[in-house]
Amino acid sequence: MSTIQVQAPGLLTTVQDLGRQGFGPVGVSPSGAADPISLRLGNRLVGNHEGAAGLEMMLLGGTFIFPQGAIVALTGSDFGATLDDVSLNLSTSVEARPGQTIRLGPTKSGARCYLCVQGGISVKPFLRSASTHILTGLGGFEGRPLQKGDVVRIESSTEPFRRRTIAPAISEHLSRRKVLRVTAGPQADWFSESSLRSFYASTYRVGEQSNRMGLRLESGLERGLETGLEDGRERAAVSQRSVSHMITEGGPHPRLAHHSFCGAANHRRLSQDRERNLRGPSPRGTTSPPR
Amino acid sequence: MQKSTTDGVRFQPASDQSLLVYFGEQITLRAHQRVRRLLHLLEREPIIGVRNLNPAYCSILISFDALRLHHAELEAILLGYLERLDAVDLPEGRDMQVPTCYGGESGPDLNDVAALHGMTPGQVIELHASVTYTVFFLGFVPGFAYLGELPEALATPRLDSPRLTTPPGSVAIAGNQTGVYPFATPGGWRIIGRTPIAMFCPDRKAMSFLSIGDRVRFTPISAARFAELENA
Repeated sequence: MSTIQVQAPGLLTTVQDLGRQGFGPVGVSPSGAADPISLRLGNRLVGNHEGAAGLEMMLLGGTFIFPQGAIVALTGSDFGATLDDVSLNLSTSVEARPGQTIRLGPTKSGARCYLCVQGGISVKPFLRSASTHILTGLGGFEGRPLQKGDVVRIESSTEPFRRRTIAPAISEHLSRRKVLRVTAGPQADWFSESSLRSFYASTYRVGEQSNRMGLRLESGLERGLETGLEDGRERAAVSQRSVSHMITEGGPHPRLAHHSFCGAANHRRLSQDRERNLRGPSPRGTTSPPR
Repeated sequence: MQKSTTDGVRFQPASDQSLLVYFGEQITLRAHQRVRRLLHLLEREPIIGVRNLNPAYCSILISFDALRLHHAELEAILLGYLERLDAVDLPEGRDMQVPTCYGGESGPDLNDVAALHGMTPGQVIELHASVTYTVFFLGFVPGFAYLGELPEALATPRLDSPRLTTPPGSVAIAGNQTGVYPFATPGGWRIIGRTPIAMFCPDRKAMSFLSIGDRVRFTPISAARFAELENA
């Protein structure tokens, strides 16, 4: 069986597929790629089905040796990848010969980059999915981000190498990320009209406290949104420089793959499920003005 | 944007690919029964295009594949399910025991909770263990059961700032709820005890120790008994 040797893991590299849907009643969140479109494209490039497991990297990529060789593709954000020190294009399938090394660095664009291999990453599935749920240590590679020295198995595949690329126009179309579209959620009417206007008119930065569970977006607003609630219902509490408590903490808080449903639950004030299917989150510190 | 429908059920889009079904706005056993009935029906007769179900106290969030369904279609299908709700033969919830070592290292917030209510720690334990709770739903993390209702006299606000981690098995209270943390996760509920039971175990047939609709009692055990059960 072919393997990937992890020489350097990067900042947060996990095995992800499209997640495990349907286990909400036992409290199991879907997990899965934070940027599912990039994972799906990567799988298509190497001839896998779209939901095969790949490696998701965040902000800083890893260094991976392919002792038996592999057919690979990188999608998502540009992490300055090289194959044996030769620059490697995004969105193109490529053959790593036995013993070759793919090295990725810090991001030059967005937050996440995906490494897909022909056959897919092989791990013991949990509830029919390979996705890693870090908080609980379930799924993925031993339930955790990859570490130096890990040896990750690749599912065998007999398909011959075919060079596939994504047309630049399509890549360009998918890379637009500056505007988050929003649908009003169940508690949108907790907010005053003027608050909602400033919510929609503001520009946000992706905050440091973002993770796979959610993004924290910060605006320059001095005050949060007025909720018009006197009793300070905790999830509607107004926070200092971020916009408001949208889910459980400060700031509008688009939920990502790891999100759980908690507490009084099902309280999503403003939702943008669709957006996370576009291109994954921006790296921290970049602007994402909603409209 | 909000729609009314029969018998107080309300549909509410929660996003472009999810729909909330509300059975009222208050936590009541009647709403809970109806949540369970609809969940049971949807699990037994899945709707094509529905991807996930997240029950809560008085609602279910239904997530769907927006390429296969839209809100109005789903609502129309659900109306057919809702009409049959009263005829659903709901399986009886099980009677479950959660042996709990209260206070000390196992329950670091027990003394504070007692002080807040002007009780002795012993009274808090007695009261917490005196009630049969209902599993209203599971959420937050795998196997975390939202149990209600806590006796009014024990209703306690969450910690001002959540702990970064809680030991697995921690028995905690918040508001009028109680629950057990299955994993070492951050948490803002007040920890009054700890159970040696593995609340979620991926290798067990029933992964979650508790299921929606179960009736749950906490039984006080000593630290020695805790150690015994933990090593069993």
